[in-house]
Amino acid sequence: MSRRKTERLLSLVVCLLSARRYLTATQIRAAVPGYPDSFDAFKRMFERDKEELRELGIPLETGTNSVGDEELGYRISRQAYELPDIRLEPDEAAMLGLAARVWRRAELAGAADGALLKLRAAGADAQDDLSQPRIEPRVQTAEPAFGPLWQAVRDRRPVAFVHRVPGRDTALRRNLEPWGVTYRRGHWYVVGFDTDRQAERVFRLSRIEGTVTFTGPAGSVTVPPGTDVRAAIKDWDHEGTSPRSCLLRVRVGAGHGLRRYADRVTADHHPGWDLVELSYTDTTWSSEHFASFGADVVVLEPSDLRDAVIGRLKGVLA
Amino acid sequence: MRAAGPAAAPGRAAGETATERLQRLLALVPYVLSRNVAGMAETAAAFGITERELVDDLNLLWCVELRSPDPYCPIDLSYEGGEIVVSEAEAIDRPLRLGVDEACALLIALRMLTELPDVGNGPALRRTIAKLEAAAGAAAGPSAQVAVQVDDLVAQSAATAVADALDRGRRLHISYYVPGRDEATERDVDPMRLLLVEGRSYLEGWCRRADAVRLFRLDRILAIEVLDVPKDVPASAEARDVDSGLFQPSAQDMPVVLELGPAAQWVAEYYPCEQVTELPGGWLRVRLRTPDTRLFRRLALRLGEDGRLVSPADLVGQVHADAAAALANYDTWQE
Repeated sequence: MSRRKTERLLSLVVCLLSARRYLTATQIRAAVPGYPDSFDAFKRMFERDKEELRELGIPLETGTNSVGDEELGYRISRQAYELPDIRLEPDEAAMLGLAARVWRRAELAGAADGALLKLRAAGADAQDDLSQPRIEPRVQTAEPAFGPLWQAVRDRRPVAFVHRVPGRDTALRRNLEPWGVTYRRGHWYVVGFDTDRQAERVFRLSRIEGTVTFTGPAGSVTVPPGTDVRAAIKDWDHEGTSPRSCLLRVRVGAGHGLRRYADRVTADHHPGWDLVELSYTDTTWSSEHFASFGADVVVLEPSDLRDAVIGRLKGVLA
Repeated sequence: MRAAGPAAAPGRAAGETATERLQRLLALVPYVLSRNVAGMAETAAAFGITERELVDDLNLLWCVELRSPDPYCPIDLSYEGGEIVVSEAEAIDRPLRLGVDEACALLIALRMLTELPDVGNGPALRRTIAKLEAAAGAAAGPSAQVAVQVDDLVAQSAATAVADALDRGRRLHISYYVPGRDEATERDVDPMRLLLVEGRSYLEGWCRRADAVRLFRLDRILAIEVLDVPKDVPASAEARDVDSGLFQPSAQDMPVVLELGPAAQWVAEYYPCEQVTELPGGWLRVRLRTPDTRLFRRLALRLGEDGRLVSPADLVGQVHADAAAALANYDTWQE
């Protein structure tokens, strides 16, 4: 059954690619074997076949050969069908192999493999030494929201979803015109225009609950020219912070995680301790970080940071 | 670019749809044509199918017939003696152009590679991106809307040294920070691979201190030196399967139970949890396993009243002692 369908679709593609003129449904039926005898059954099957070819990205065109023609015809333009000439050197083909592996087990793995197949069909030969790859980059798309958001970005469609901010009880429904998605430090983010808030917003995909729905047709989102999704997420990361300096007493032989970012380390007048000067931006985060060193780190200045660490340590005993 | 499976295993043709097979057939003809002659075995491997499935594909292509105006067979080919030759291919002599998902998947990944040390600076990568963009045309457009970012620059010098050692087959000496113990450890490592997984880069290598394969996060390497000693990775060293998760909890790992307040729920996202239970007031109870409980001793101090370590009991006692000792410092030094 499936084999017959493959044969029919293949014949249809060859027939339409070879045609110099638009072919009517009747002409196609006469040329391509495998269609049923009844004209109605043929029409239904032919409609489905056209749909499936278009889903594969085959540019099936509809038109007439002359102005007077009443019946529509079909053809596939060779120019629109064919992959343009691309000659890849072995080292370039190896890069493509490495790039395709980035998606392995992630959302676009099938697409990456499909692309590779076409490029190999165009003649690319990869020297792909799978036994000893020196570098293995991977991207994960464990978040269910990735698939629909990629489609929304690709097709420029607005979306709606429910988003939960950790530490808050209520999840909120957001309406977004997505501009792009970015992977950063193991997490996917979507950036776009929040139509309720009338402002640019960033959401972490792992905090989206349930399904992402499309709320408008393809092509209805305009990405502002010059939008840099990568920069948008970096800005969001460092929202409104300027660095401050703090002074810590750190036990000699401890606090390695702090010393490497220190601006200055000097010996303290208390034996067995060093004085460490550090820049920091976020008081809450830094107080947590310094508290985690327990009795090896004492915050001397500033006092708000010192109090925050003391509060945190007292909280452990509460 | 796909490793050939064992000959007995079914290829990807098992259970595929008619359109999936059509895609392969449309690529198969230009694949053979662009090589003039293609070996059966290597072609089957390239397409991830068995040789039997390949023969079936070739027969199907050869049987294609168009009936009008006069019946003819547009495709002629042979596969005598293990070699495929296509002598007549009519209109399907070129591959179908790349779809949007296809072009974007490769371009997004290639642009990510440009951020990697060593690979990223190579002219091959820039040439590949330019050629692919040209061949993809409009299909490449949406790829600009997706970015995969590599680790911050902190680790770049370590990555460059690792790449250099891999290139020249040299041993590395690293000073490595172990946050669970707040320790800097010195070790010699024979590098195997550079991994970039879940947004972080790791050196995978044979650690001569542990006599085992170990992963080292590049952003925790305090100092690195390429030694003038050839690397020596034992044949028994097994590289990790990157695609089934880097950190597999083992049965010997200690179970730890934590309760997390609303402000501490990042912990449940950050560490792989065996069990997550919702508690009243927006709290979560999580159970996880760790080879080194000291990491959670420090985590409990960090969380303060936003979290509670529940078990194991001796670890709870240690955390309380740590907090009391730290507070005693503040009492001693009222400056």
